[in-house]
Amino acid sequence: MTVLKTLQEQWFPLPVPLHRKKKKTGSAGGRWEKRRTEEERKVKANDREYNEKFQYASNCIMTSKYNVLTFLPVNLFEQFQEVANTYFLFLLILQLIPQISSLSWFTTIVPLALVLSITAVKDATDDYFRHKSDNQVNNRQSRVLIRGSLQNEKWMNVRVGDIIKLENNQFVSADLLLLSSSEPHGLCYIETAELDGSENARGRPKQKQQPKKKKKKVGRQNPVVKGVLLSPCRETNMKVRQSVSVTAELGDPNNLATFDGEVVCEPPNNKLDRFCGALCWRDKKYPLTNQNMLLRGCVLRNTEACYGLVIFAGPDTKLMQNSGRTKFKRTSIDRLMNTLVLWIFGFLVCMGVILAVGNAVWEKEVGSLFQSYLPWEPPVDNFLFSSFLSFWSYVIILNTVMPISLYVSVEVIRLGHSYFINWDRQMFCSQRNTAAEARTTTLNEELGQVEYIFSDKTGTLTQNIMSFNKCSINGQTYGEGTDRMGTQPKRLDFTPFNSLADPDFSFYDDKLLELVKVGDPHAQEFFRLLSLCHTVMSEEKSEGELVYKAQSPDEGALVTAARNFGFVFRSRTPGTITTTEMGRTVTYSLLAILDFNNIRKRMSVIVRNPEGRIRLYCKGADTVLLERLHPSNQELMAVTSDHLNEYGADGLRTLALAFRDLSEEEWEVWSESHQFADKATDCREDRLAAAYDKIEQDMMLLGATAIEDKLQEGVPETIALLSLANIKVWVLTGDKQETAVNIGYSCKMLTDDMGEVFIIGGHTVQSVRQELRRARERMVEMSRARDGEKREGMEGRAEACFMGNGFGGGPEGDGGGGKPLQGSSFPSPPSSFMDSISGEFGLVINGHSLAHALEADMELEFVSTACACKAVICCRVTPLQKAQVVELIKKYRKAVTLAVGDGANDVSMIKSAHIGVGISGQEGIQAVLASDYSFAQFRFLQRLLLVHGRWSYLRMCRFLCYFFYKNFAFTMVHFWFGFFCGFSAQTVYDQYFITLYNIVYTSLPVLAMGIFDQDVPEQRSLEYPKLYEPGQLNLLFNKKEFFICIAQGIYTSVVLFFVPYAVLSNSTQSNGVPLADYQTFAVTTATALVIVVSVQIALDTGFWTVINHVFVWGSLGSYFTIMFALHSQTLFRIFPNQFHFVGCAQSTLLKPVVWLTIALATAICVVPVLAFRFLKLDLKPQLSDTVRYTQLVLQKRRKPAGRSLGGVWRGAGSVSESRLGTRGGSRRSGYAFAHQEGFGELITSGKNMRLSSLGLASFASRHSSSWIETLRRKKNPHTPPSASGDSSPAPSRASGPVPPLSNSSSVLGGSQETPIEEETVTEARQDVPTVSCSFGQPAASGSARASPPDDLTSAAVRSHGTDSPGGWTLSLGTVQEALFGWKGTEVRVDASDNQESQHVAMETSQAE
Amino acid sequence: MMASSYNAKEEDGHHPGSSNHGGTGPSSSKKPDNTAFKQQRLPAWQPILTAGTVLPAFFIIGLIFIPIGIGLYVTSNNIKEFEIDYTGVEPDSPCYICAQNFSWNSTTPCICTVNFTLQQPFENNVYMYYGLSNFYQNHRRYVKSRDDKQLNGDLNNLEDPSSDCEPYRKIGGKAVAPCGAIANSLFNDTLDLSYVESNGTLNSIDLQRKGIAWWTDKHVKFKNPAGSNLSVAFQNTVMPVNWRNPVYNLDPSDPDNNGFINEDFIVWMRTAALPTFRKLYRIIPKKSGAASTLPSGSYRLKIAYNYPVLSFDGRKRMILSTISWMGGKNPFLGIAYITVGSICFFLGIVLLIINHKYGNRSSSADIPN
Repeated sequence: MTVLKTLQEQWFPLPVPLHRKKKKTGSAGGRWEKRRTEEERKVKANDREYNEKFQYASNCIMTSKYNVLTFLPVNLFEQFQEVANTYFLFLLILQLIPQISSLSWFTTIVPLALVLSITAVKDATDDYFRHKSDNQVNNRQSRVLIRGSLQNEKWMNVRVGDIIKLENNQFVSADLLLLSSSEPHGLCYIETAELDGSENARGRPKQKQQPKKKKKKVGRQNPVVKGVLLSPCRETNMKVRQSVSVTAELGDPNNLATFDGEVVCEPPNNKLDRFCGALCWRDKKYPLTNQNMLLRGCVLRNTEACYGLVIFAGPDTKLMQNSGRTKFKRTSIDRLMNTLVLWIFGFLVCMGVILAVGNAVWEKEVGSLFQSYLPWEPPVDNFLFSSFLSFWSYVIILNTVMPISLYVSVEVIRLGHSYFINWDRQMFCSQRNTAAEARTTTLNEELGQVEYIFSDKTGTLTQNIMSFNKCSINGQTYGEGTDRMGTQPKRLDFTPFNSLADPDFSFYDDKLLELVKVGDPHAQEFFRLLSLCHTVMSEEKSEGELVYKAQSPDEGALVTAARNFGFVFRSRTPGTITTTEMGRTVTYSLLAILDFNNIRKRMSVIVRNPEGRIRLYCKGADTVLLERLHPSNQELMAVTSDHLNEYGADGLRTLALAFRDLSEEEWEVWSESHQFADKATDCREDRLAAAYDKIEQDMMLLGATAIEDKLQEGVPETIALLSLANIKVWVLTGDKQETAVNIGYSCKMLTDDMGEVFIIGGHTVQSVRQELRRARERMVEMSRARDGEKREGMEGRAEACFMGNGFGGGPEGDGGGGKPLQGSSFPSPPSSFMDSISGEFGLVINGHSLAHALEADMELEFVSTACACKAVICCRVTPLQKAQVVELIKKYRKAVTLAVGDGANDVSMIKSAHIGVGISGQEGIQAVLASDYSFAQFRFLQRLLLVHGRWSYLRMCRFLCYFFYKNFAFTMVHFWFGFFCGFSAQTVYDQYFITLYNIVYTSLPVLAMGIFDQDVPEQRSLEYPKLYEPGQLNLLFNKKEFFICIAQGIYTSVVLFFVPYAVLSNSTQSNGVPLADYQTFAVTTATALVIVVSVQIALDTGFWTVINHVFVWGSLGSYFTIMFALHSQTLFRIFPNQFHFVGCAQSTLLKPVVWLTIALATAICVVPVLAFRFLKLDLKPQLSDTVRYTQLVLQKRRKPAGRSLGGVWRGAGSVSESRLGTRGGSRRSGYAFAHQEGFGELITSGKNMRLSSLGLASFASRHSSSWIETLRRKKNPHTPPSASGDSSPAPSRASGPVPPLSNSSSVLGGSQETPIEEETVTEARQDVPTVSCSFGQPAASGSARASPPDDLTSAAVRSHGTDSPGGWTLSLGTVQEALFGWKGTEVRVDASDNQESQHVAMETSQAE
Repeated sequence: MMASSYNAKEEDGHHPGSSNHGGTGPSSSKKPDNTAFKQQRLPAWQPILTAGTVLPAFFIIGLIFIPIGIGLYVTSNNIKEFEIDYTGVEPDSPCYICAQNFSWNSTTPCICTVNFTLQQPFENNVYMYYGLSNFYQNHRRYVKSRDDKQLNGDLNNLEDPSSDCEPYRKIGGKAVAPCGAIANSLFNDTLDLSYVESNGTLNSIDLQRKGIAWWTDKHVKFKNPAGSNLSVAFQNTVMPVNWRNPVYNLDPSDPDNNGFINEDFIVWMRTAALPTFRKLYRIIPKKSGAASTLPSGSYRLKIAYNYPVLSFDGRKRMILSTISWMGGKNPFLGIAYITVGSICFFLGIVLLIINHKYGNRSSSADIPN
């Protein structure tokens, strides 16, 4: 339904539903008046009579807009508020004036009625569903305390002042004041998922009518959402509410029944984060805040029951007050179309004026003399008045240049595209059972024009799953990385060894397990540390069934690793930690937790083991920790350091582990100083840190861990592909810089081939400005140097070809984009130059620097620097900043932006970007609700943009071009005819033809083209991401294209008028009857028109499905059928005054001269078009043309050619290894602690113990909240069992970056050296350094390699290819593309990818 | 989403996007159907403009059009057509006096005779047209000024014609039949043709008045009002102001050619598309035997000059023409065909050369990217 819902909005952006204005209770308009009267709200508990005085709204909600009676008038009224509809209504009225009417009234009313009724039907359907959902909500049961007893009531019967009992997991039925709860201290937990991020909670005052063109900056000025946005933490949808202490004690219904407190509070409003009022009870006044409120739309969680007093009900609730209209996004094509429509309107007026002047002249010169045969009509007494009337008459007949069906057709096409997105199996995630969803139908073609993608990190790029991947113990490295021989290592099975092992844990190196089993002390101590040094809490529902709730997923991963290796953390109390070590239960007493913070970058615990020895265990960032080791560790440190480098290079997050034995004295001394510091009132933090620092010295190194922040499937590939498509990906994350950079590397946003990655971390305006400038200067410097090389290396000819072929996209290709960077006062290189150097640099900017960079005077500087970089990562950004960055790019780059995210903190960004994409992940649905498109995995983005978006754009452009063309061809004939009929506004065609032309004769073929057309198959558009470029540069439909279409249309109209004119004017039929009578002329021209535009659509259609055939031929057929019917004697006999053309069809169409005329006109219209198109294709082919052509050639050949890619990969692999070696310098150490400090204290104080035992597990896995969220990052329950990994084919295991293809100058422009695709492959086998990366389609790649490799034609392979989600191939062409788009693309498929590809394989096989 | 985006379903969290928390079984999989239509994999024909298809197309068009054009041109040239303007603009023209002294009120027609000579004999059926210039039969107000219902014999409309006919709808309370400007301006010159024998005697040529209208017009569109006697049927109507004879007396020679089904009237009522037009007036049937229908020689055209055109600068012509399979003389069509055909052919050659010299696709079938 979503698809349908949005449809209407686009056509007829409506103001607030009418009934609201009328209805007192539910109205927005009425609300204002009411608010004036309702200065404050008084509610008395348990006193319905008292409350009824105020006539508060009941809890019955009504979101439906119509009922049976009001539907027609209200709906029509709404529809006529749309300008287009009113315009046509105006035309209709004009047509009713006989002096003006040049067309019968039905020529306008039929299309208008059609459009209105389609919309009305859709509105009615929508409203029907709204009625249904209203009914469903209104009839929900709730427990209401009535006269001392709890009774079931329907929601709609709940009144203000009632006391309601809520049970766990129930929806809050109205805005309640929390009175008491089953939990201690009157606490209760609510989940606000639906409230905060949902569309309902837009925070826009509903009464603000939104004119459709008015732009709103959501986020920036949004007072309500702010509360959510400003917090840097993720997901704030779980909240604690506490009742006022006096009422908290009223535990049971009996007490509550006697409760008669009165609440005085603010009137209903839409501010979700604010409530202000007071409770008067027993002559005392208690202030009430938002903290005491339970808002409708929330769900009660983890609280057995609670009681609440209804304060606001139904339409007064904050939820309903916030259910404003969604922000209305328009595509750039929409805006262009609006401009063009205005232009067309201007054109129409011009034509009208010209013809009116002509009419004046004619009436004066000829008409006045001709009056003996044709007197002026009574009201017309002079030629001027006549020409005035003629102007309006011409406005009527020429209005078809901008027909009403345009809007309808555009919507239908978009709707079709949306359905294709919804239906796409390759965007279906079977793990989550979620298909992609186009939640807005109005933005599809903009998907084909995206230039900037702003992505969230956690949950979007990454799965938010940490896995213990490698470790280094005592100078030995363990983990799958050691195995490089190509055989897939076996996943270890821990269960026989350890009954408490977590079955989801996977590790591949059995050496480590052996080590632990034989009791190696280092290994044991290593894992002991992991099982002790953490702040994880455990829950054991039944024996052996452990659930860990970790503050950060890293910690969870480490503790789980220890658990599987035999050191099982079982439980903790404030003073003890109980573990099971190799089957033996051990209880350590926990002496201290030296908690983590950002400066320390480490945490330690001090424990006393059962034997009484005191030991400090420490884990932390290697940079910090290695400094604090005992000098005797020198050698081990060096080895471990190497390992850390290695892990860092693989994009893993690393931690170093160390311990220190403490003597009893040392401990006591330190303990005292610690306590002293702890109790200090001033500078407590510093003192504590100093105390910690004192004891974390002289530690013994145990080893290091490496944790993989698991990327989502296909993320690096998607990003690589999007980069190749010239889309810039920016990551905006709340994470820390190091984490973000790490992810940047592992998802191939940042590569080592980049010239430089600039890090902006200044804290002051000045330093940020400095850093930005320096970065820019560096860029200019480096790219100058490189340009020099390039010039030398590249043949001039190749460059010329490259430009000439229009694949440029380089400096000159940006013309369409319009980068208005001029006018800046700071010294910067010319913006065009800045644009041209993009692609080799990365930029990382910190949250506080970003805050400075976003200030007004720095914006430009920031934009110009950032946009010159290929990849930009913003860390520690607040949700508000995310939105600001997006707005900034929108403002300065005029580029289409897309924001993708999964959490509530992404909502602002999603809303402010042109296109918002929600990842329907585990983080709730806020992002999805705010988004325009949603799907389950980041990698679907490539399909959404490169396939669906590209097609949508292409189709829409082709549709618009043709549409304008056909209407100009159709209408302008009248203009020419005007010169021969005394400018009398006589139409050329039969009025039925005029009525039906746009809605019957020519509508369906162009719709079919707009919905089904494809220029290249989907696989090709993924294979050649450059195909995406025309959309970004807006090449397919812009003002120039529009004028070409118009010109073609006018040319056609000239031909269509003058050819029949020349032929028919003097000719006669073979029975001597002249042919130049009006009706014959009309039929001839109309038939020629229909045939010409049909031929034209046939030329334009590139993808002739059955439907296209049916529509094109059907339209032609329907034209003739309908014409014969309308000209039949039967109809004439019934309505002699309506069907003047009786007998005209047969009499005309039987004449050979007529057909010769039509053929001649068609030829004259089509031949030049054909010639131009051919020349364009022949001399300046677009990439899509070439791909299409090659496809054809290959299909014709169907020659088998060897395609063994293994060799290629081995070659690439060997190269890559050496490259990997050279990368050593860029070590990126990770910090496992992606969280704030303070948890350790919580544990030792024991405050949170009750909560953790409450069965948090259920909700932690389902939902998250700001403070509980960190507990939550346990293993993703949706992770598919990795058992599938056993049979991994691993054919695509090629790692390492591609060596730069620096001297391949022939890649563009078709020099003879370029081999055809098959040959490419053959050649590649020998020595061309290429990489073909088959990802996510193991089946396809397997068969492609085994069978005849011509996968362009092999049906089997193709079907695999199309079915495998995210299936993609990077072939030579792509890599060569990379030369120009992205130097030295690094495409690497490493082991983790393989694993993921297996999941996909499973999915694929399930699918088949 | 609609104006009010609140939705109970979403309140429930049963959002499609967030579905499966409850662990919906595989039975309720939302996986889209794997149909060719939904997956956009419908088999399709994907034509491309290539040298191999476009160039032959041009040549074929050329090769088809040129012969047709030649055929048309030759046919058209074989048609004999004779045209004479008898408006009487120049003082020396025979109808000058009639044209100058025209008066609507004169009861007796002004007769003028025009002599002309046919250089070649006209064979077969010869068609006689009258032609008018600068006469806007296609003017919007003119075109709609008629009542097809009345012309179809509808009795109601006969006495109460449609308002479209204004100002020729009623005269003095009586309906005009036929009403409207078109009917009112019926062409009412009469043309008589005689062959002037070499000895000077006039040999009147038989002009056939029937068979000049469309069949559908004559039999479907135009019908006389019911009634045995036309003059009775039309008794409550008056004739249009410009007419000299009532509608039931348009053709005194043939009672079946009167009323609305008078063929001259029907021909006139079929309005022309352009301000210069010709209308079929009479047919001179082919003579039996080998004799030419109209042998070469002198002819005399006797005109009853009733129809004023000078006031609006119009012209009147008389045209004689023979007919071929494709109709009358029409040199334009043939020339146009020859021209278009030649251009196509020429374009084909030019494109061939361009493609050969500069085209980059036929030479190397690759993807130049």
